[in-house]
Amino acid sequence: MRYAKAVYATLIVIFLVAPLLVILPLAFTSSAFLTYPIPRFSMRWFNELATNQTWNRSILNSAIIASSTTVLATVLGTLAALGLRSQDLRLKSQIRTLFLLPMVVPAVVLGVGMQAVFVPLGINSTYFSVIVAHSVIAMPFVVISVSGALAGVDRRVERAAESLGASPWRVFRLVTLPLAMPGVLSGAALAFATSLDEVVLTLFVAGPNQRTLARQMFSTLKENISPAIASAAFVIIVGTVVIAAALLLARMTPARRKGRVPKTT
Amino acid sequence: MAESFIRFDKVTKDYGTVRVVEDLDLDIARGEFVSLLGPSGSGKTTLLMMLAGFETVTKGAIILDGQRLNGVPTYKRDMGVVFQNYALFPHMNIARNVAFPLEMRGTAKSDIAARVKRALDMVQLGHLSDRMPGQLSGGQQQRVALARSLVFEPRVVLMDEPLGALDKQLREQMQLDIRELHHRLGLTIIFVTHDQDEALTMSDRIAVFDKGQIQQCATPRQVYDHPANRFVAEFIGETNLLPGKVTGVDGSKIALTMPDGSVLRADGATGLAVGDAALLSLRPERIDLHGPNDAPAGLNSLRGEVADTIYQGDHLRIVVTTPAGRIIARVPRKAAEWPNGASVALGFRPADGWIIAP
Repeated sequence: MRYAKAVYATLIVIFLVAPLLVILPLAFTSSAFLTYPIPRFSMRWFNELATNQTWNRSILNSAIIASSTTVLATVLGTLAALGLRSQDLRLKSQIRTLFLLPMVVPAVVLGVGMQAVFVPLGINSTYFSVIVAHSVIAMPFVVISVSGALAGVDRRVERAAESLGASPWRVFRLVTLPLAMPGVLSGAALAFATSLDEVVLTLFVAGPNQRTLARQMFSTLKENISPAIASAAFVIIVGTVVIAAALLLARMTPARRKGRVPKTT
Repeated sequence: MAESFIRFDKVTKDYGTVRVVEDLDLDIARGEFVSLLGPSGSGKTTLLMMLAGFETVTKGAIILDGQRLNGVPTYKRDMGVVFQNYALFPHMNIARNVAFPLEMRGTAKSDIAARVKRALDMVQLGHLSDRMPGQLSGGQQQRVALARSLVFEPRVVLMDEPLGALDKQLREQMQLDIRELHHRLGLTIIFVTHDQDEALTMSDRIAVFDKGQIQQCATPRQVYDHPANRFVAEFIGETNLLPGKVTGVDGSKIALTMPDGSVLRADGATGLAVGDAALLSLRPERIDLHGPNDAPAGLNSLRGEVADTIYQGDHLRIVVTTPAGRIIARVPRKAAEWPNGASVALGFRPADGWIIAP
């Protein structure tokens, strides 16, 4: 039985990471085609990413858009999760469903809708429109993640803080938020990752100036299947891993540094 | 009683259609230790939560030191609250936990360090100030919570079953510690518990709660010896309740005729009149056992038959069947033992019984 479990687990892991294992080595090919076998290992396509104007620009765009989306979605999602925690909120589960809707509505439908809203307002094909669009689909991840963390915050601890003289705002800043921080950080990481690989919405709301890395990979795929795509994928994965690692580290630090808490004012 | 420091004036609390506290009056003096004792759902915790400001008052008023508290937010009430689950801040070390209320009040940094140290020394935890709450035992955590609730010298300290999560020995130790702190610091403490021993050990007065109302509020002695009604008699300690009929009233002295025609005399609650049905409340430890014909004169005596003897270590519990009902007596180990089926006489002084309305 134990054997069977181990074999099953291994198979699942292979199933999940096989695509990565196939594509990633191609980032280092010297060939002009995205195919095996790899003739020689080379950094040629990373050079291409670094020097080619279009790739360059798209990496910068992705960095701008993903980080702005992360901030916006995290702030809004955290506020939503806090609101949904309130005990005397009517229709709580319905409102909650509403917040999570962007996860289930097809991206194409959302894209069409957003374009229809943005164009008359004259804000389509701007950084603003892309960031807003990405935030809409990134926010549900933050709501879920922060709600989960808040569920683990003991209300009696907050009550204790209040009875000790902390105003509601200070209770939030000194007790609730620090305790929910792991959830906020994982929500932020998910928002970042969501924005980084979003293509469909971007097609609708972004102009040529807001071409993101994912969008650029997508169009490259249509035009010529260059190994630069594999290199770009490598960059995205490394970026995601670095962010995740940084968050993990940030989460562990407060526990390590005994008793360090945000300064009170 | 001294002038009222905390006054509950006709306080009512409804949750939807459920009335949890009804038209409740209670006055508490400065420096008093009052326990709110009752079964769960009796409204005692709700009353405490209203005093702390966590719950609103549906009707009536709560007045602290002349100030009406309705509408005053919790953080401006200046009360220390100790919760059953300690409610320490898990992300702050012990010193920061205790410093929290002082920081909220803008106390000077140098002052904070000294007061935190004093508060932690007071609960004998000065050496643990760098630890995180999770690294402490339950008893230690509760002592930290106590220090945190006292360090800012609050006007009132509220305790919501603070010892409920501790094991028996630790609980008894903490009871004495809190009692000692109360005497030494002159604190006004309101203490919610469902443990009658705890209430008897610590309180100046006990308010016995049932169904959202105070059944009796009096000193531990009065509540135990002279319960106001059947609920209090049964809830506090163990008692034998024997039904009878009042056949004579002389001030607080009442004569109760039992179903078998025997007459027992005891003190009783006011308001009983000749002809009323009543209950004799007889504490097991107030009963002496004698041979069937050896009952001393001047005592009430009930004849019966020993049904069972239960060994309890420091005492014996003897179950006696009498015409008035089954009676449990608690006698010291040194007393004579009786075999099952032996005829005995149960004796008790009139001052050791208490007659109440049924």
